[in-house]
Order: sequence, then C-alpha cells, then structure tokens
Amino acid sequence: MGRMDHMDESLPEMPAPGPERAEWLRQRANWIRLSAMTMNHRAGLGHTGGDLSSADILATLYLGGVLRVDPARPRWPERDRFILSKGHGAAAFYATLAARGFFPMEQLRTYMEPLSMLNGHPDRNKLPGVEANTGPLGHGLPVAVGAALAARMRREAWRVFVMTGDGELQEGSNWEAAMTAQQYGLDNLTVIVDRNRIQQGDFTENTIRMEPLAARFEAFGFAVVEMDGHDGGALLERFMHLPLEAGKPSCVIARTVKGKGVSFAENQPAWHHGVPSAEQLAAAAAELGAEVSW
Amino acid sequence: MTGTAQLYDCRDAYMSALEEMAAADRRVCAVANDSLSSAKLKNFKTRFPDRFVNVGIAEQNMVGVGAGLANGGMVPYVCGAACFLTARAMEQVKVDLAYTRANVKLCAMSPGMAYGQLGPTHHSIEDLAWMRVLPNLAVIVPADPIETAAVMRYSLVHEGPMFLRIARTPVPRVHDDGYAFRLGKAVKLREGGDVTLIANGLMVSRALDAARLLEARGVAARVLNMSTVKPLDREAIVDAARTTRGIVTAEEALAAGGLGGAVAEVLATTHPAPLRILGVPDAFAPTGAAEFLLEHFGLTAEGMVRAALDLLGNGN
Repeated sequence: MGRMDHMDESLPEMPAPGPERAEWLRQRANWIRLSAMTMNHRAGLGHTGGDLSSADILATLYLGGVLRVDPARPRWPERDRFILSKGHGAAAFYATLAARGFFPMEQLRTYMEPLSMLNGHPDRNKLPGVEANTGPLGHGLPVAVGAALAARMRREAWRVFVMTGDGELQEGSNWEAAMTAQQYGLDNLTVIVDRNRIQQGDFTENTIRMEPLAARFEAFGFAVVEMDGHDGGALLERFMHLPLEAGKPSCVIARTVKGKGVSFAENQPAWHHGVPSAEQLAAAAAELGAEVSW
Repeated sequence: MTGTAQLYDCRDAYMSALEEMAAADRRVCAVANDSLSSAKLKNFKTRFPDRFVNVGIAEQNMVGVGAGLANGGMVPYVCGAACFLTARAMEQVKVDLAYTRANVKLCAMSPGMAYGQLGPTHHSIEDLAWMRVLPNLAVIVPADPIETAAVMRYSLVHEGPMFLRIARTPVPRVHDDGYAFRLGKAVKLREGGDVTLIANGLMVSRALDAARLLEARGVAARVLNMSTVKPLDREAIVDAARTTRGIVTAEEALAAGGLGGAVAEVLATTHPAPLRILGVPDAFAPTGAAEFLLEHFGLTAEGMVRAALDLLGNGN
C-alpha cells in the first residue's frame, strides 16, 4: 500500500463489516509494524517482537474507531482512556498515535533521539495521546482501575482500555487491581492481554506458567473472551460490543504471535528486544507489503 | 505561639479538613487500604460513599488507583499507614505520581515511630529520605493540628503530587488559628541570634521548648518550622547560616537523608556552617512506645539543648 501520512483522515473510508474491513485493518496494522521496525532500526533499540504482536489491536482501537478520542483535544475530559501497560511496546503505540493524528508523522523520526518527545517508554507529559507513564510492568491496570472509578464517580460514560503483556501478569499488582475491578463491578473497564506467549527471557510457560489464564481472570470476576489477536475485523466487532457482561470488567485475551508478520522474528524470544538491520528491515517491508514514507 | 498542655492527634484535623473539602468540591475522593479507623475515614465513607474507594490490603494498587482517579479528573487523597504507603508502593509513587505529575495527595498516616512497640516494620522513619529525592513531589511534615488543616486545604489548590505526613503521636499547638501555610516557606516561630533550631513535625514543639531552656542559659535560639522538606526553603537556611553561629536540625526520621540531610546539602554548597543533625541513627529501633523511643534517640528538648551547646562550644 502507499503512503499513509494522513491516515486519520482516511478513517471514514473504513469498509463495512466483512473481509474488506478486515483487510483494511490488516494493512494499517502492517504499516504500524513497519513503522515500529523502522523506528527501532533507526534508534538501534526497541522491543520489536511485542510491537509486532500488538499492532492489530492498536490499529483496531485507534483506527477502527473504537476509542472515542479527539487528537485536537488530547485531554478532552470525556475521552476514552487507553493505557499501554506494556510500555516497552512504545514504537508501535507511537506509530498508531501519529496515524490517528495526535502529532505529525515526522516526529516518528525522532524516536529515542536526544530530547525527543518519543521516549523509549511513553511519557504523557511529553506526548499528546499518552494517558499513563509506563515502562515498569504491572502499573497500567491499577491506573486503569482508578480511571474507571473516576468515570463512575463523575457519572460519565467514557471507558477505559488497558493493554497488558502476558508475562507482565506475573507482577502481583495486576491481581490487586483485578480484585478492585471485581469488587466495584467496573464494566467500563476492558483489559486486553497481548498473549504472545513470550517474555524477555523465554516462553511464558517455560518461565512462570500463565495458563489457565482465562480461568484466572474469570476467577477474579472478569467476563473473559479468548480470540485471535490478529483478526482486526473480529476484534473490532468485539470491541464495539462491550462490556462482555453487564456489571463485570471485561478481559479480552488476544492470542497473538510475537514478531507477527515478519517470518524471521516470529516466535523467537530473542526478538523481544531484537533490532532489525537494514537488510532485515527491507525483508520485513516486503513480507508486510507495507511502505513507510515519513 | 507558646504551646499549651493540651495535646492533639493531627489525624483529627486532617479528617475534618478532608470532609469539609469533599463537601465543597465534588472532585475530592479518598482511597483507603482496609484500615478505615487508622486513616480516620469511617465518617468520610458514610458521608461520601460514592467517592470512597477501599482497595483492601494492596498498596501498589492503591497508589496506581490514585493516579487513575487523577487522570479521570478527581483529586484523590490516598490514605494509609506511612510505612506501607511508601515502602510497599515506592515504584508507584515514583512512576505513577512523581514522574507522571499526577494530582494525587498521599496522606501518610501515623509516620515516624508512632506505632512504637509494633516495631521497625511499622515505623516510617525512612520516608523523608525516600520521598524527597523524587522530582515533582512536594513533601510536607505538619507540626500541629492547625498546620495539618492548613496543609490539607492548600493541597486542594496545589496541582501535582504531594506527600503529607499526618501525625498520630499527640502534639501541642504551635501555630495560631490564623496560620497560613505557604509551600516551601519555613515559619520563624522564634527569633534568636546565637543558634538556629530547624525542626518539623512533632519536633517543632520540642524545639520551642529547647529554645526556652537555652534562653535560661543565656543562649538565644531561633526556631524554624521547616514543614516543607521539598521544595526546601534554601533562603531561610542560608540566612540562618549567615546570621547565627550554627544549626541544629531535628526530625522524627532517620538522621540520614531527611530534613537534616537536605539542610546539609544546602549548607555544604552555599554557606558552610556548623551543623548537628538529630534523628534516628543508622539502626532499627528497639522495642518501646513512641515517647520512649523519642527519648531513647535524644529527640527531645534536652537533646536539642545538648546539641546546640555542643555546637556552640559551651559543653554540657
């Protein structure tokens, strides 16, 4: 596909539900993938594997029209909140925010450069569209629970979405927050788990088993659905019909592939923070069928 | 300005102020970690049930929830025992509050050695050292109920994270009813040209007692209530170094890294002057009630007198 420097303006063009819409979302996710890899390549740093696994979810939320946000008013009080708890997935997140129009696409060139707004992990005081400063794991869900409580206290209809990694759920603070979400019946809260099955050191199941993950969230009072985290059309349908169950927080376990879309990076723990060479970047662009012109 | 025999639990002043503010401002909410009576939030919960959150025994989550409430436009008062609120949730305080500049007010209940006999697990004497190194976080140690209430009222108009030490150990009043709190400004409670006593929290009334004892020995002591540990009133410290012969600091905290450490940093880099730092030495406290422990570590008027005389070379 061609240039997407004004992708926000193309939002109304999203096709009706069906294969065309899924393809439209897939193309945007692949552009996010290639943008993230380009950023990581230029910076010589980054977390490529998780950028690639989360791209379809980010594209669906921001470009599929799920999130009620307004790039012209990033702190609009009644906006939906999205918190990237897996803050190391910053490159994909930044590319998504730029595509949605929160800041000029050219800013992506400054990723991790001195004094850039695009820190290695997101900083809401530097970059419009970022809700929470994340990086250390296990922070996003408690903050999301607090925001969901705020919406309730203010009797406002906005919703809170938080994306966590899967290995990240080894941090106990998540389960503290899950208990609060259950206790207060926060059905304005949706947790999306990027279940790519790999953490920094190894596969999750070789490290600290995460399964049965759905049963765990159910036991903590969440309504849970497990689904393909790379099917934008299906994700969009799901996100448009939340909560999963009235009176309960929702949990979408998105089954993903770490390194998705780039054959040499898929399912390789080493690509957690692998950085592509120029040759690998070119190969990735060909596989993704994407082009980055920012 | 003189203290009276009557002693006050500063938590009562905090509680009244919090309820007043909640009645006047719908953004005010409270977050508790199970201990409603320790945090004096029972009445708040009854009066404002929709703006009260109890996260249970979960301090990391508690601070994160506070950050989220602030993101959503509320002004949360996150109230828990100082020892757990700081140590257990240190990274959340750093990232979710200080780095984020979240408009969250940490109410650190029963700080210092208020929990006396319960032991070092329940003492919070490290908190000033930990909190004051965090950028963006205001750190305040009120001296009495008047200042506690004033600080609470101020906290609602201050945009940004604050750490407020709410004393449980009873203290006398050292401020008048008309007292107006100013962030980052030391309050000169007594003028004196020989030595300066800089204290905060429950050590302020003891500093005033020390000044009276010193006066009887012909030593004129200035007393500064340095309730704001951060941002620090550097001007008042430099002025004390220039116009008196030395400084004694006193705090219900570790002698390392807290108020005394902050004063030492200013002196060493601006106007070096003789300094004595009174606090808890590099040790965990033995078993004993709060008052016993304060005596044990010399955190008394007499202890300050000894330090002042030693500093002035008068011996004791």
